[in-house]
Amino acid sequence: MAFDYDKYLRPNKLPHIWCPGCGHGIVMKGLIRAIDTCGLKKEDTAIVSGIGCASRLPGYLDFCTLHTAHGRAAAFATGVKMARPEMNVILVGGDGDGTAIGGNHFIHACRRNINMTYIIMNNKIYGMTGGQFSPATPTGDKASTTVYGNPDPAFDIAKLAIGAGATFVARGTAFHANQIDKLIAEAIQHKGFSVVEILDDCPTTYGRRNKFKSVIEMMNHLKETTVPVKAAEKMSPEQLKGKVLTGVLYKEEKPEYTEEYAKVIQRAQAAK
Amino acid sequence: MENKLPTIEIIEKYCKGCYICVEFCPKQVLEIKGFVVSVKNLEACIKCMQCELRCPDFAIKVTA
Ligand SMILES: Cc1ncc(C[n+]2csc(CCOP(=O)(O)OP(=O)(O)O)c2C)c(N)n1
Ligand code: SF4
Ligand code: SF4
Ligand code: SF4
Repeated sequence: MAFDYDKYLRPNKLPHIWCPGCGHGIVMKGLIRAIDTCGLKKEDTAIVSGIGCASRLPGYLDFCTLHTAHGRAAAFATGVKMARPEMNVILVGGDGDGTAIGGNHFIHACRRNINMTYIIMNNKIYGMTGGQFSPATPTGDKASTTVYGNPDPAFDIAKLAIGAGATFVARGTAFHANQIDKLIAEAIQHKGFSVVEILDDCPTTYGRRNKFKSVIEMMNHLKETTVPVKAAEKMSPEQLKGKVLTGVLYKEEKPEYTEEYAKVIQRAQAAK
Repeated sequence: MENKLPTIEIIEKYCKGCYICVEFCPKQVLEIKGFVVSVKNLEACIKCMQCELRCPDFAIKVTA
């Protein structure tokens, strides 16, 4: 049976701005299905983004939405969550928005373990501004600002999140469309700061420069270069060479920030 | 009832002709005609919903 996306979309906003074959649309559909699974109500749910192609996502969704400044989704979202801890707060954005200009906000949101879900669409490039390299661009790859190959090593965004203190970290891909909603739903249900990195495709500014002949080749590349974390347990280091793990990579229960902050308020009031 | 053909609805004004549904359909039901997708072989459809799931543009709906 066809899934009814329409009831979660703002009327008359489609077609969206994303290029033909851009994976951001696949991620948005996964997010909608996850919201449906979790039964989140529109009036109780805020979707917050920074700037970039990926960050255009909240504009299409019929929820409380905030489209903020480049890299600042985590800061604005933290404000929403502190003021209204009962709200479900979901952040969305790209690898550039989240790990370059917004890298500092990102690591500190992870460290605080504030109960929000952050979906990072990692297409390894700044799509919106014409394909400049990002902190997630692999070494050697071409961008408009690394025409002779990128000399920098890339961030492993999921590992960065775990290192910084996020208590739920998962990774999926735009190829594995039917898993995106399941990972996001689990992230939403986790109490604490949850990060879901979706390996994504930007055919327009990354694919062409890096010798992908089509969107389909990019999709198949996502399939061929990833391994589910459970399957990886049974594989040898040679078999895992060059592969990226997908699935739930990390999960831990830890004190949550808004609850801890409520205790601070109580202590302060008792001290009067 | 078992063999009833599905309905494949294409919203042409949303379709960007990206080929994702065409290439990932296991039964070659779809093709690009001009700039948008169209159904060329409805009889072969096994209602697997891959096209609907993968379309980035909300442009194809399968009703079994
Ligand atoms: C303060 C500021 N600096 C730079 C920009 C220009 N800018 C807009 S989007 C963007 C990068 C977006 O890349 P990413 O977050 O990876 O998203 P994508 O477009 O690839 O989805 C940049 C640098 C800006 N809008 N604001
Ligand atoms: S430029 Fe890249 S990221 Fe932006 S919409 Fe086009 S394909 Fe997507
Ligand atoms: S439902 Fe499956 S078989 Fe039918 S058109 Fe879509 S992808 Fe092809
Ligand atoms: S996947 Fe969607 S946008 Fe792409 S060709 Fe098929 S119907 Fe059109």
